[in-house]
Amino acid sequence: MIDVKHLTKWYSQVLAVDNISFRVEKGRIVGFLGPNGAGKSTTLKIITCFLPASSGTVTLNGLDVLSESLAVRRQIGYMPENVPLYEEMRVREYLTFRAALRDIPAKRRPAAIDRVCERCWLSSPEDMTRRRLGELSRGYKQRVGLAEVLLHNPPVLVLDEPTIGLDPAQIRAMRELIRELSGDHTVIFSSHILAEVEQTCDDIIIIAGGRLAAAGTPAELRQRVAGPSRIVAELKGAAPEDIAKGVEGLAGISAVESSQHNHWTRLDIQAGDDDPRKDIFQLAKTQNWDLRELRRATGSLEDFFVQITYEQSMRTDRAAG
Amino acid sequence: MGKTFSIARRELAGYFYSPLAYVIGALFLCVCAFKFAPPPGFISGSREWFILVPHQQASLRTLFEMMGAAMVVAAPLLTMRLLSEEFHVGTIETLMTAPVTDAQVVLGKFLGVLGFYLALLGSTLMFLVLMFIFARPDIGVVVMGYLGMILLGAAFLAVGLFASSLTRHQLLAAAAAIVILAFFSLLMSPAAAHLGEPWNQAAARLNAMNYLKSFARGLFDSRAVVFFLALTGGFLFLSIKMVESRRWR
Repeated sequence: MIDVKHLTKWYSQVLAVDNISFRVEKGRIVGFLGPNGAGKSTTLKIITCFLPASSGTVTLNGLDVLSESLAVRRQIGYMPENVPLYEEMRVREYLTFRAALRDIPAKRRPAAIDRVCERCWLSSPEDMTRRRLGELSRGYKQRVGLAEVLLHNPPVLVLDEPTIGLDPAQIRAMRELIRELSGDHTVIFSSHILAEVEQTCDDIIIIAGGRLAAAGTPAELRQRVAGPSRIVAELKGAAPEDIAKGVEGLAGISAVESSQHNHWTRLDIQAGDDDPRKDIFQLAKTQNWDLRELRRATGSLEDFFVQITYEQSMRTDRAAG
Repeated sequence: MGKTFSIARRELAGYFYSPLAYVIGALFLCVCAFKFAPPPGFISGSREWFILVPHQQASLRTLFEMMGAAMVVAAPLLTMRLLSEEFHVGTIETLMTAPVTDAQVVLGKFLGVLGFYLALLGSTLMFLVLMFIFARPDIGVVVMGYLGMILLGAAFLAVGLFASSLTRHQLLAAAAAIVILAFFSLLMSPAAAHLGEPWNQAAARLNAMNYLKSFARGLFDSRAVVFFLALTGGFLFLSIKMVESRRWR
């Protein structure tokens, strides 16, 4: 559906997107995740034909965003970050204007507007369609932006930070709406909040510092970031050094760190691919140690995300310094 | 064509929501009214400058000339927001990601401001009504004068639109447009007077006010028509190229 190949974007001297490639399949919800300034918005602006790429190509259904720009734009609904609107216009007036730009015939415009207003909670419970856009609250502006995007029922929706600035109830409603849209629509939305992307998306693309950090389904990513397993064990019954040495002697264990917690020795064990928990238990049994905890700690997606965010900030600090 | 008109209509409606447009319109009409029918206390030494003065031949000729000069400032103030505001607020992003061409955007905006200008020019017709009541105006001067004003207005608004495509700051856009328009009007009469051959000829040819003067005398000057249309077309073309260039910078 959408093919991004070796996409690179320079803003004069600043490299915003650095050789990114990915593919988005039809009907999927794709979360574009990354810390602020990672290059998310820039990538989305290139996909939606607003900015040209410095190098690399983007195609949508085989249409190139540069040479067949108008055809691509017809198939995309794009909601920019912060939803810029013409403040002096009224909601319905604005949607009518946008419907005209979107090639919706004059006769079908009122019905299309009614449909999207209802879907984006603009006509009920409270009728906002006659309000001026400048008077609307952040949440309502966001809804108008989304209503506009849905007007011409495009196969591809590109939403840049659709939940930023919304309150928790609105965030949940927006998330549900995005979920509902999958199936007939391919949705790409960006966010810097992991939980949001993890809950809503079929696929996650993580970018940081302009580079692709990871891509896959949430489950795949979780598995990948978990890495070699880490075992936590708490034992008692011998000197801490002896316990640590005993465990370290087991097969497949690469490193052990021990600490004291009220007479219990807590071990932080780095293991290889094999799960050594059974061996640790057997060891405790033969040595007659007490065992009160033995568990496998999996790395969370959050740890991974925090880590790449941290790495990016270190890089930018170094570049700035 | 439909999308061009949709953009034009939105733009035109925007002027009627904008306080600034009313202020510019009101000032323009006030200055015209002052010249046309001065309050009695103001008629002193320079009686000829005013139009509706007792015991003096009344002609709309000088009114058109003054309206043309006023447009050097009024046109940039009307056009400054056309593209600058889109850049500043970010609505350019939604506009340019819709299936519209750069030319449709520029032409739509141009037609929108031209519509507001024609409405403004239309309201000066009240002076004409007064002329018909109190005097016997020359029909040729009236028709050609208004034709000249329409052509000059279109050209000046195109210049203003071009200036607005250069920057996201409205005041910079207005300043740039005033400089360009001053070049084609105020600057050219001293240049024509002081420069030697053949530059003084060129300066006289580049002076928009000279062309307006011939219209205001009731003459149809095809050179003037070509001059104003070329200015309009040229600056609209440059505006389209500026909007396009955003994709390559």
